[in-house]
Amino acid sequence: MYRKLMATPYLFWVLCGTIIPLCMIMYYGFTDRTGNFTVSNVLAIFQPVHAQALGLALLLAFVSTLICLLLAFPLALILKGSSWGRKGFIVFIFILPMWMNFLLRTMAWQVILEKGGIFNTLLTTLHLPTLDIINTPAAIVLGMVYDFLPFMVLPIYNTLMKIDDNVIEAAYDLGATKGKVLKDILLPLSVPGIASGITMVFVPSLTTFVISNILGGGKIYLIGNIIEQEFTTSANWNLGSGLSLVMMVFIVISMGAMSKLDKSGEGNFI
Amino acid sequence: MKTSLIELKNITKAFEDNVVLDDFSLTVNQNEFITLLGPSGCGKTTTLRIVGGFESPDSGRVFFEGKDITDVPPNKRHINTVFQKYALFPHMNVGQNIAFGLEISGKSDAYIKDKVRYGLKLVNLEGFQNRKIESLSGGQQQRVAMARAIVNEPKVLLLDEPLGALDLKLRQDMEYELIRMKNELGITFIYVTHDQEEALTMSDKVVVMNGGYIQQMGTPEEIYNEPENAFVADFIGDSNIIDGIMMEDRVVKICDTIFPCVDEGFGTKKPVDVVIRPEDLIIGKPGQGQMDGEVIHNVFIGVHYEMEILAGGFEWLVQNTVSYPVGAKVSMSVIPENIQIMHKPQTKEEEAIDTDV
Repeated sequence: MYRKLMATPYLFWVLCGTIIPLCMIMYYGFTDRTGNFTVSNVLAIFQPVHAQALGLALLLAFVSTLICLLLAFPLALILKGSSWGRKGFIVFIFILPMWMNFLLRTMAWQVILEKGGIFNTLLTTLHLPTLDIINTPAAIVLGMVYDFLPFMVLPIYNTLMKIDDNVIEAAYDLGATKGKVLKDILLPLSVPGIASGITMVFVPSLTTFVISNILGGGKIYLIGNIIEQEFTTSANWNLGSGLSLVMMVFIVISMGAMSKLDKSGEGNFI
Repeated sequence: MKTSLIELKNITKAFEDNVVLDDFSLTVNQNEFITLLGPSGCGKTTTLRIVGGFESPDSGRVFFEGKDITDVPPNKRHINTVFQKYALFPHMNVGQNIAFGLEISGKSDAYIKDKVRYGLKLVNLEGFQNRKIESLSGGQQQRVAMARAIVNEPKVLLLDEPLGALDLKLRQDMEYELIRMKNELGITFIYVTHDQEEALTMSDKVVVMNGGYIQQMGTPEEIYNEPENAFVADFIGDSNIIDGIMMEDRVVKICDTIFPCVDEGFGTKKPVDVVIRPEDLIIGKPGQGQMDGEVIHNVFIGVHYEMEILAGGFEWLVQNTVSYPVGAKVSMSVIPENIQIMHKPQTKEEEAIDTDV
């Protein structure tokens, strides 16, 4: 009885923070402005503008997740291999940006990449042609990778660190080359961390509207931007909610797929 | 004629400031079961890891069949290891674990299948191919680790306290299994343990180590019956280690009592260490032995009673199948052959080697 009492504040929290908002979104998503039931808000995803925005968001999220994975796995391997005195420091260096405000970090890239920005000034001084990355999907991917890389590194690093050194030595002992150890021991054993990392990068990348706003210059619409606009400028909560529900389906699918890979939940970062 | 298979020459290894092995040399012969025995931190596991290739010595060389293999990585050595914590691959089933080394050496599928079955039979785990590692008990995992190493037909098998986690019955079974494998397969075993019973049961040769030095090397009988110093006597089995004075050849004075013994060449009136095993002390009626004393402690420990008898100002550890109650007056005697005389450490350094655990 007492234990149940202890849980009440959290129950209240879950109710106010998750269940009620979810119900409200469901309500708005399936009604029109007059309050009558409709599925048109959800089916609106098939309108070309919305479908394109969703497609682009999926593509960019996929690309940035892939880049994060390709960067994070070797990095986590290096971290595992380095002597532990230095290890803590290197991890700290990579985690450091996480402690800075997300908006500031993204805006910093805007300053770096813009036409007269630091990056292009540098290129000009070196007598190289300037690159107009800002306001392109490439800039958005760059921002996503920069913002979300630590969320890929940490879970992979955690699972790699949990692998018993003796297991790796046993593989060498049985004649395995470095490549074989990587392919048959390290990679399969870090799958839970990789799955967790993919979820942690893919989901926020798919839903972001801040990064695409700042680095896309308001010209590139991801599904997140569309939803944001429906709620703010267009004040069409019903359509915004309907599209949110569609996006939620994609999030649930990706999380479900990843949690299959991470059966024991050992890669869980949160 | 015994041929030497592995030679360690003047190996020194330190981890930061901690010298683990100091000018350590050892020869291992073909088809020999050699055990490195010592307390934790004595350098036995480091020695094993140097042979396996997982550590490289700071100085000194390792030879295998006469060839210098000091700089050869572990995956190029014809040596397999059974690790202390088994180190099985958790994401593979039993069969895949055992096949791992065979697949690397590019054996045919039929050969691998055959070998896996043979390996499982060898360790009494027939039909376990498809079992998951996590579903096995500690003893079963240990046997899979053994099979995984043995199917590669290594010339040398290194075992790092492989029986440590097993219960007594299983451990004894495995001890006999290992001896059988050694005789049947002709593999050379290098075995590391801190358990003197394991060492005495299985080994052809026991190397007692302490503080990075070899304290004594010999057959189990030699190590047990004729310990060379107090450390070995103390580490192997229970023993009474007493200060004595060697009066002349074959006569030693312990606790002001003269005992005949069989050792010679210690000089006259020289202080020595004397070792008498608790089971070698014969208890009799008061006045009928060499010393009289009183039982001050008595515990039943299974096969026999373990008693402490105060005699001549020393508390003697005595084992006997007959129980004498606390307070009983008894006499003790010991036959000359069971008195083992050892040099006292002469220098500070020798003493450090002896006592530094």
